[in-house]
Amino acid sequence: MKFPGFVYHRPTSLEEAVELLGRLGGEAKVLAGGQSLLPVMALRLGQPEHLIDISRVRELDVLAHDEGVVRVGAMVTHAQVEDAPMIRRYAPLLADAMPWIAHRAVRNRGTVCGSLAHADPAAELPAIALALDASLVARSVRGERIIAASDFFEGFLTTSLAPDELLCEVRFPAVAPGTVTAVNEVCRRHGDYAMVGLAASLRRDSAGSIDDIALALFAIGSTAVRATNAENALRGRALTDDTIAAAVTALREELDPPGDNHASPAYRRHVAGVVLDRTLRRFASDAETISGDAA
Amino acid sequence: MTTNEVGSVSAPVSLTVNGTTVERDVAVRTSLADFLREDLRLTGTHLGCEHGVCGACTVLLDGAAVRSCLMLAVQADGTAITTIEGLAAPDGTLSPLQQSFMDHHGFQCAFCAPGFILTAQTLIDRGVPLSREDLRAEISGNLCRCTGYASILESIEAAITEALGPLADSNGAAK
Repeated sequence: MKFPGFVYHRPTSLEEAVELLGRLGGEAKVLAGGQSLLPVMALRLGQPEHLIDISRVRELDVLAHDEGVVRVGAMVTHAQVEDAPMIRRYAPLLADAMPWIAHRAVRNRGTVCGSLAHADPAAELPAIALALDASLVARSVRGERIIAASDFFEGFLTTSLAPDELLCEVRFPAVAPGTVTAVNEVCRRHGDYAMVGLAASLRRDSAGSIDDIALALFAIGSTAVRATNAENALRGRALTDDTIAAAVTALREELDPPGDNHASPAYRRHVAGVVLDRTLRRFASDAETISGDAA
Repeated sequence: MTTNEVGSVSAPVSLTVNGTTVERDVAVRTSLADFLREDLRLTGTHLGCEHGVCGACTVLLDGAAVRSCLMLAVQADGTAITTIEGLAAPDGTLSPLQQSFMDHHGFQCAFCAPGFILTAQTLIDRGVPLSREDLRAEISGNLCRCTGYASILESIEAAITEALGPLADSNGAAK
């Protein structure tokens, strides 16, 4: 499977990249690590006429923690994130996701922003962005636009980015002290896309009741989703056998997953509950684990 | 650079392959794997699935394992590539890892071997001790359709043991 022909552009500044995208718009695709785009092209699921390679745009290399915000630029790879102690400290849920993403050889090239812009509903990172209320920074010749994660993912491989907009950066709020996080999924083989996955972040007050919680599911529909009913079943309560069971029931009731040749809707709904149950029980037993510790 | 309207359909690339500087004009749609195999005749890099699943085409890009089927040759401009041909000494003496595959029957049909060996080489180069569980996870992105995994694991484990010390039985503390 060879790549279909295209015209190649390699801008060296953000201004040039955005100008190219403004001119070529819907006929162009942005090439960062290429770990989603190039398979799509190899399989002829997409045949863009132009590729804009942003690897020489130095402005997109940012990986930083500034004033409570973790910034990940469009050329930052999964491997860079995986290896950054700063990410483990300030965005532990993002760090938790890394070992689940394909394999190291893919993580060495693939980028965080590329995965977000690709918007595969079975991928981990859109769920992480939803769980953490991330902001996505898009640039075009018309200017800069900051998009909330909750407004970004519109459907299967579809985002609210306009054809002339470049996703430049994703911003995650730094984790609050005392927060515990986990990513859990069930897949046929490790590194495959999930059949059901969960990104969870939770904080308890000194009395043990949950004062902040985010549960985002992936591989259960056309986009990742927040499980708001399950979150509500837990907010303000302690983690006990009863509250965990109530959250699992609420989750299974609110999900409406599709079936495919890997998993039926009923199986997905069941496994989603199992994954939530396991994750919450681990949080309950790791009461001493706080963010910043190795997970 | 051959241009078409506003961009290019072929471009010059300059990179280092197994220590030798290479300069060529390539069609931009050419994968790094095809560039290595067809243009440079380095056919030790094998192409299995050609969409990033099997790991047979793994090469080292500035020391990191990458899928050469999921890269354009133009993206490798300015980098240093190591292929399986680059591991043995100039006189043909195999690298310790290659020799370990010989000694532990790590080759069955061996189609997958270049990818396994280069992936495993990064573990030795990284120099961080690892457990058997870590090793299995690290090489899980490489497929052997003969399913000769046991002897592949033995080959890699023996080479890592030689370089870094024995592997722990299990992960023990979480990563």
